[in-house]
Amino acid sequence: MEKLEVKGLNHSFGFTKILKDIDFTLQKGEVLSIVGPSGGGKTTLLHLCANLLDVEEGKVTNTFRSSAFAFQDARLLPWKNVIDNISLGLLAYGCKKNVATQQSKEIAIRFGLEEDDFDKFPKDLSGGMRQRVSFARALVVKPSLLFLDEPFSALDIGLKKELQSILINMIDKKEISILFITHDLMEAIRLSDKILLLKADPGHVVKKFSYDMPQKDRDDKYVYAQSAKILQDEEIIDTFELELK
Amino acid sequence: MKFIIKILKDFPAYLWSGWGAIASIFLFIALWDVGNQVYGNLVLPSPLETFQTLFVMLQDDSLLAEIKTTLYRASVGFGISLLFGSLLGLFAGFFVTASIMSRPIVTILVGMPPIAWIVLAMIWFGMGDETVIFTVIVASFPIIFVGALQGTRTLDGDLKEMAKSFKLPWHMKFLDVYFPHIFSYVFPAWVSALGMSWKIVVMAELLATSDGIGASLAVARSQLDTPAALALVVIMIGSLMFIEYIILEPIKREVELWRN
Repeated sequence: MEKLEVKGLNHSFGFTKILKDIDFTLQKGEVLSIVGPSGGGKTTLLHLCANLLDVEEGKVTNTFRSSAFAFQDARLLPWKNVIDNISLGLLAYGCKKNVATQQSKEIAIRFGLEEDDFDKFPKDLSGGMRQRVSFARALVVKPSLLFLDEPFSALDIGLKKELQSILINMIDKKEISILFITHDLMEAIRLSDKILLLKADPGHVVKKFSYDMPQKDRDDKYVYAQSAKILQDEEIIDTFELELK
Repeated sequence: MKFIIKILKDFPAYLWSGWGAIASIFLFIALWDVGNQVYGNLVLPSPLETFQTLFVMLQDDSLLAEIKTTLYRASVGFGISLLFGSLLGLFAGFFVTASIMSRPIVTILVGMPPIAWIVLAMIWFGMGDETVIFTVIVASFPIIFVGALQGTRTLDGDLKEMAKSFKLPWHMKFLDVYFPHIFSYVFPAWVSALGMSWKIVVMAELLATSDGIGASLAVARSQLDTPAALALVVIMIGSLMFIEYIILEPIKREVELWRN
């Protein structure tokens, strides 16, 4: 069984402790969100899980077949056109060039890019288009585990919804597991099976929330109702410092 | 290969865009002719006379031999700078200590006037090829070195992280992530180093050798042969413009298409 297991994870930059005693398990087909205020060590935690940072104390075991990372900013290679950017991950896996190009074109169309855009360099794309390309690049490799680092935060509502519904479709078919960090509670409620609340200084998990309804069936009403409920929670109020002073 | 074909395909369009440049060159020649009419033939020969002299000189095999000598010295010097400047610059860029240590040395190399190098080289190597080549190397090396150093120092950490997250194998990391960035710094450095080499080679020859374009220039000076001196200048400028605008600029355009 594929899973990501984090046990007793601690991390410091110099003398500053960033993360303290983090424990959680992400099972196959599950969506786990880590929410918390900015600067709370969320990105560090994600980078440790994705092996972009070396684990110092504790253990991260990742048995997923494959993984991909979608960053907060698009991080496209400025000297490569749209299709070459998307096919980067496929080529790294040893895919043949023409197969990779074909698959990249297909997924680009699915993500709302047009054929005219295929040869464009990132400098000629709008911010939203770049994020689409970045998403396509992460998903074209059909990752078993997807790391998401607030990839929706810079997008307009329409595009946000579009990309989220692509993910929800994949979640529904049990094609993908997601480790997702965000500071947007509504976003987390819409997509997650489990939410971990990360409190800062140093980052530690203070509460867990679970949502059983399948993502596909969650309508706006459900998301709003759950958001209103979670905003009453004392730990949430305390962590996000929502209290009026 | 695809890349070279693309450069060749875009070449006619590029040439066609050169009319503006040609017009401004003709304007410059017109001003030159005005100068001739004001100051007379001895001080500033007319463009016509200069080009006639140039034409006659080019019929002469001995001048071609001089050009060859100069070309040889410039290319050897520039070639050595290109090779070692790029390699050492890349190397220094990958290590913080090496880049910090090399900065003052580069400042010394850049700050030292080429004429001082020529004097030293004449003492060390005597009058000949080595002196000229040495001077060309010292003058163009730091430019290339700094370009390569900057290229490696400014690699984008975010892109490196992205490359790591997709587990790019080392050859893809180098070819797709590092190389285009470094090249966009190194290539302009090569171009300016080439211009520098071409100027320095003539200066060093004028002072330190008895052959080459520089030496011919010295002869023209001693005989007060202004048309010949100007004709030699035209050769130098013409060849530099040819290399820069006909060979390097089209490459640069293709290479930097992705830039803002």
